Amino acid sequence: MKITLKLYATLGDYLPANAFENTASIDVDGSVTPNTLIDKYRVPRELAHLVLINGVYCAQPERDSAVLKEGDTLAIWPPVAGG
Amino acid sequence: MAWAKKILRVNLTDGSIASEPLNMEWAQAYLGQRGLATRYLVEEVDPKCDPLGADNKVIMATGPLTGTMASTGGRYSVITKSPLTGTVACSNSGGFIGAEMKMAGWDMIIFEGKAASPVYLHVENDNAKLLPADQLWGKSVWETDELIHKIHQDPQIRIACIGRAAEAGCLYSAVINDLHRAAGRSGVGAVLASKNLKAVAVRGTLGVGNIKDPKRFMQSTGEQKQVLAENAVTGQGLPAFGTQVLMNVINEIGAMPTRNMREVKFEGAHKISAEAMAEPRKSDSKPNLTTNAGCFACTIACGRISTIDKGHFSVENKPQYWGNSGGLEYEAAWALGSDTGIDDLDALTYANFLCNEDGFDPISFGATVAAAMEMFEQGVITTEDTGGIEFKFGSAEALCKAAEITAAGEGFGKDLGMGSKRMCEKYGRPELSMTVKGQEFPAYDPRGIQGMGLTYATSNRGACHLRSYTVASEVLGIPEKTDPLATEGKPGLVKAFQDATAAFDSSGLCIFTSFAWTLDNVAPQLDASCEGDWTAERLVEVGERIWNLERDFNNKAGFTAKDDTLPKRFFTEPANTGPAEGKVSGVEQMLPEYYDLRGWTPDGEVTTQTRDRLDLPS
Repeated sequence: MKITLKLYATLGDYLPANAFENTASIDVDGSVTPNTLIDKYRVPRELAHLVLINGVYCAQPERDSAVLKEGDTLAIWPPVAGG
Repeated sequence: MAWAKKILRVNLTDGSIASEPLNMEWAQAYLGQRGLATRYLVEEVDPKCDPLGADNKVIMATGPLTGTMASTGGRYSVITKSPLTGTVACSNSGGFIGAEMKMAGWDMIIFEGKAASPVYLHVENDNAKLLPADQLWGKSVWETDELIHKIHQDPQIRIACIGRAAEAGCLYSAVINDLHRAAGRSGVGAVLASKNLKAVAVRGTLGVGNIKDPKRFMQSTGEQKQVLAENAVTGQGLPAFGTQVLMNVINEIGAMPTRNMREVKFEGAHKISAEAMAEPRKSDSKPNLTTNAGCFACTIACGRISTIDKGHFSVENKPQYWGNSGGLEYEAAWALGSDTGIDDLDALTYANFLCNEDGFDPISFGATVAAAMEMFEQGVITTEDTGGIEFKFGSAEALCKAAEITAAGEGFGKDLGMGSKRMCEKYGRPELSMTVKGQEFPAYDPRGIQGMGLTYATSNRGACHLRSYTVASEVLGIPEKTDPLATEGKPGLVKAFQDATAAFDSSGLCIFTSFAWTLDNVAPQLDASCEGDWTAERLVEVGERIWNLERDFNNKAGFTAKDDTLPKRFFTEPANTGPAEGKVSGVEQMLPEYYDLRGWTPDGEVTTQTRDRLDLPS
């Protein structure tokens, strides 16, 4: 199934080669969680600070259990802030 | 002590200048900068006065840590009654002039009255003079800065001044210091212009040596710098990406106010984000972002320095804009970009350069342009009103032209300079102004981040994100994550952020330290440097006192609970997409609990009990 993966700020380096504007469309098989993809793309877990599934925050304890569906968007940032 | 314990009082009407001792009793109760200067304002200015009349005063104030070696200890604020809102105004700026004021031996400068003709104040330690500014009037901030340096033949003078926008009556004009740092919000620049005060030029060589316990202070500031360095946000994220890193975050959660806040996601957000600023342009292979920059004593350095492609339409044949200058922060990029539907990064940067060059607030300006675009779309205004400019959402050309005419106060630029409230009222569509108490919204949609709705509604200077930045908790998880769509618990969260922020803003430190520090990190630095015992608990109390003092001023100016609300749009037009889809602001449900927590009446008045508890002036 297709998932949209977005990696921002310093995590942009971990995006696959076909990424454009920090966004990549990826094919995944079976049941995947945020941590499945964080590990697959070698994003250091300690840098996966802000994890959003379709814009909704996925807390640390749910990142091994939240199952992504076809068409979902997983967006990840390291610790960031602004104002 | 840290305080210099001296105030410079400048009477512009009769030209007299006097030194007077700082009220140390008030310093113990209100700390410095925002709090302490507001205490002076409350004592000396009638809350009902005309903000642009001679009876209003304007105070430039430092905090006790300004000019010290504490990280970010370079902040100063401009405190006055705002011509944009009619409320108390306090605009905080970094750069270097705050530290220079302190090194010249002054905690604050109070300007009163009105000069008969344009003047500027030159301060060199104890020697302060009002000098004619006829040759500076009509000049931009950047020209004024250069001319004053030439006049005094001193490259190290630090200058805060107004540009042409303030002189033209722009109600959101700023006081710009060090070329591109701004006391930006609430129209403090217009108050200087009303007094014929063009600039304040300061040279201080006395240092800030009056530290209570220098050894403990050095140890404490060193420890706290280490905290900032080791924190991923202040040590890595902010210096690398600046505040602009939020563009994609806020868009992703569906709280990106777009096209005059009709929508909550902007399809062009990535093109104007921090990530885009760092990417080499196709046109000239250079990135928009040239480097980061830091203010006095700052070990974060979040500032953006940018360069526009020389071939970009906005700067073609204008070599004065080909060099690097102050680039886009998130708030400016949002207001100039998403809110107007424009995704041309260099056009936004050009408009931002003009905001710095002629001194006007890019948030209020961008939001006012957005309101004009919605009126243009609806046919309320036409090219006959705008001097031929097609105010279409997405038009970079319209934005750049709008910035030029607002800077100069020409044609439709006069209307834009009123701010969106007065402009929309003039054309019979007040509901299209996205303001609270007359001040334009910042970059967080209150339908998608509920705490920010309450923040805007209750902010003491009109809509503002810097009075209680609950985004830190609701979106970024600092200090702990809360649900941005929930209203439960938000009144307490907003109050806690408001009180803590008032303490930060009164210390001389930058609020961005609060991404890594709490008041537990600030208190030891104050305690090692200032008279008195300073703890985090005491700072919270000081913050609460300041908040109530500001509120009391506003109450006396005529503001009540009816003014603590949001534009109708946020109650009648639900978010159209994203996690907040279908949601409106719950601010009306949150307000009663907020008033109760504050110890105010249901009409938003500070009660006698609260006044007594906080020892507020009557």
